[in-house]
Amino acid sequence: MYDYGLFKFESKQDLFDKAIRFWNPDKTKFWQKAGIDLVIDRREGYFLYDMSGRRLIDLHLNGGTYNFGHRHPELIETLKGALDYFDIGNHWFPSVARAALAESLINISPGMSYAVFAPGGAEAVDIAIKSARYATKRRKVVSIIKGYHGHSGLAVATGDDRFTKIFLADQPDSFAQVPFNDIEAMERALKGNDVAAVIIETIPATYGFPMPKDGYLNACKALCEKYGAMYIADEVQTGLMRTGKMWGWQAYGVQPDIMVTAKGLSGGLYPISACLVNEKAGGWLHEDGAAHISTSGGAELGCVVAHKVIEMLLRPEVIANVQTVTDYMAESMQEMIARHGDIFTGVRQKGVILGLEFSNHPEGAVFVSRALYEHGVWAIFSSLDKRVLQWKPGVLLTQETCQDIMDRFDAAMPRARELLHQAKKAA
Amino acid sequence: MTQPLMKVPDAQFERAKLMLDRARWAASRMQKLDRVAIRRICEAVGNAGHAKAQHYAEWAVRETGMGVIEHKRIKNEACSRALVELYAGEDFISPRIDAARKIVELPRPAGVVFALIPVTNPVATVFFKTLLALMTRNAIILSPHPQARACSADAARLLAEAARAAGAPDGAIQVIDEPNIPLLEKLMADERVDLIIATGGPSVVKAAYRSGNPALGVGPGNAPVVVDDTADIRLAAKRIVASKSFDNSILCTNESTVLAFASIADRLLEAMKAEKAHICTAEETAKLRNLLFTETGFNIAMIGKDASVIAREAGFNAPGAKILVTPVDLVQPEEKLVREKLCPVLAFARVQTIDQAISSARSMMRKSGKGHSAAIHSKSEANILAFAAAVPALRIAVNTGCSLGASGYETNLGPSMTIGTGFAGGSSIGENLTPHHLLHYARIAYNKDASETFGNFAGLDPLNLPKRIAPVASLAVDNSNDSELRRELRRIILEELKAVMAA
Repeated sequence: MYDYGLFKFESKQDLFDKAIRFWNPDKTKFWQKAGIDLVIDRREGYFLYDMSGRRLIDLHLNGGTYNFGHRHPELIETLKGALDYFDIGNHWFPSVARAALAESLINISPGMSYAVFAPGGAEAVDIAIKSARYATKRRKVVSIIKGYHGHSGLAVATGDDRFTKIFLADQPDSFAQVPFNDIEAMERALKGNDVAAVIIETIPATYGFPMPKDGYLNACKALCEKYGAMYIADEVQTGLMRTGKMWGWQAYGVQPDIMVTAKGLSGGLYPISACLVNEKAGGWLHEDGAAHISTSGGAELGCVVAHKVIEMLLRPEVIANVQTVTDYMAESMQEMIARHGDIFTGVRQKGVILGLEFSNHPEGAVFVSRALYEHGVWAIFSSLDKRVLQWKPGVLLTQETCQDIMDRFDAAMPRARELLHQAKKAA
Repeated sequence: MTQPLMKVPDAQFERAKLMLDRARWAASRMQKLDRVAIRRICEAVGNAGHAKAQHYAEWAVRETGMGVIEHKRIKNEACSRALVELYAGEDFISPRIDAARKIVELPRPAGVVFALIPVTNPVATVFFKTLLALMTRNAIILSPHPQARACSADAARLLAEAARAAGAPDGAIQVIDEPNIPLLEKLMADERVDLIIATGGPSVVKAAYRSGNPALGVGPGNAPVVVDDTADIRLAAKRIVASKSFDNSILCTNESTVLAFASIADRLLEAMKAEKAHICTAEETAKLRNLLFTETGFNIAMIGKDASVIAREAGFNAPGAKILVTPVDLVQPEEKLVREKLCPVLAFARVQTIDQAISSARSMMRKSGKGHSAAIHSKSEANILAFAAAVPALRIAVNTGCSLGASGYETNLGPSMTIGTGFAGGSSIGENLTPHHLLHYARIAYNKDASETFGNFAGLDPLNLPKRIAPVASLAVDNSNDSELRRELRRIILEELKAVMAA
């Protein structure tokens, strides 16, 4: 019996049944087929606990939502303090929490002038596209094939067919896609002088973190300038120190006109996202500031948590930890490739963002994810390139946990090998 | 300051916890450094401290109002480059092979050392503990005394920067900028701390031991010094005055009370006077007793002050005096002047025999000073041995000043800013703290039966062993009972491995 006070479940199977019956049959069944019978129950730091009580180390982090780990005590205390004073607030009026967070975000984001808040990444991307359209008076948006920017009206239109066609949400006339790292294709898309914005994840996450080639992002930005388009940096997974810099675009030395941050900004506790705009892209905030409205966008409770998130990220100890975890993972993965190079074929890394390549099978990372799951580590494959395992260590990971992770990784490789060979044989 | 409208977390404590994590990383990386790398780091740190010895001596006296610049410089030098040179010949890193006992010992550093720095030696102790930690491949977090915060923290940062430049990992040396007691208690109890080295007042030492983490703490001193009738009186006087005036008695090993054989007492007093000791009258002695001991204990405002300043405060003049000598009749704890005095005031009592010297020493140490230090000036082995065997001190300095003798600078005890006071003194160690206390050994122990021969470990370095390749064992498939599949898998994998190796 799992008694949560407000609701009860007889067993884990009872939960599965109800999830299938009332919530999402396909998603529920998908994981069961993949051999991942996870129902996250308790959670603390970088550890998740299944309903069965089994512990998993979280290297998924929901794309950085749990950058600081789950339920970080300092963030909980901050939110509790905020709950004694604030609530969502009233979006119509200026507010201390929103003004303070906006100032703090602008202070750490050179070139940006205003922060517009939203409850999640997709809506912030919508704001980014609206801002670019306002500033350029153009409609067209160029994004990257296999890029990912969320699922709301404008954001989803930038993304993969899988997410648009099913809902008839594709907008081929005003949304074009080009291959990543192909600067010529980008120029072809912009040449018509009719593009409002190019939107790029600084490192495309759902695509498995392929690294931008040297100079690629800067070349894109230069093309934007040449053809009068705005450059939108989607920093949802690359921001908040995950590349070793506050924003991924800083790590690559490119200056966006607009940027979007979400996920980790919430501390994993209270949803909040932000679209930061430069003076030009923020023009509409002078003309009609109520042209975009969001009741829970910039909810004051979220603002307080986000404020603390930024404060924590700026601590010298946190910055040092990111570098240390970065180095540790780089060294450890080289060692693992030396030991398991037959299945583990390569690593992509920037800071604590890693893509681990298991390229001997088109779904190599699916099997590795399962083997790791059986060994107490939760890391998810890239939905849009299943050879690549997303490997997302949190910025506060400790030496002990990192060692634990790599010992488990090493132990899981024989099992991964076995699953891969079974799959090959079956095929 | 008004209370903020919203309750917020204690950011200082949260940051301090992050320092512990950073130190844990540093400790794990320190342990991967070899002897050459560690030597380079220690030399860089030692030189950095040495170069600024005078600067920090001045700063410490300015900030704390305690001690003597010249003497602090000597201590800063002794605890920086000289300390590195002293231990240069010792190896805390390589395996120790004992072929006769068929044992190999692998040094295993403590990990994260949490070091409390006292107000009395705010820079020398930073140098000392940091170098001990580095020599033994530990990371260290230094927690200064609030009254010496600025100089301690600055010195720590100087060493941290020198260490970093010489190749030490990030976070190997960190310092708490804004120390306070509640913060310290929380940090000392944190499981990320491997070892606490507590030097300071009895309250912080007790707190260290209460924390639940392994701790090396020290109790207070209160050293008796016996001068018998075989001693070289002139030399004894010279050494006692020099020692008692060294850094104005701020070392916990300083002499508290002279127990002089009556037969030589007057000569000793004369000789001390010649060394610029001011011998107090009964009236001056009473004034000093009132000044130095308040209802709550020792008057901390007098710690490490010049003798002439203390005399003036007490209400008499002793211009040019190096120390003030207060003759006392009673050597029992109720005579406050025979208690520990971290200032250049020295009690002086007459004893008839070595037995009375012993009972007097025991009496004065009954209240405080157990397990700490004592000194004797004598040429009589029998007297020295009788005194040492009976007095509750763990180091008995002979024919040398107690300040620098018991602390190991003028003896071969191992120079130390941390004096283990043993079980009697509430400590887990009884020696002067040396690098040896900051590591343990993992021991490879062979079957002692003669038929089992001991391996040849000479020249093998655990940090740099030959590459291990092709871990066939890891290919084992535990979840399958299908032996055919197992064989097949093994064959495929080995082929692939071979291909990888070939490439």
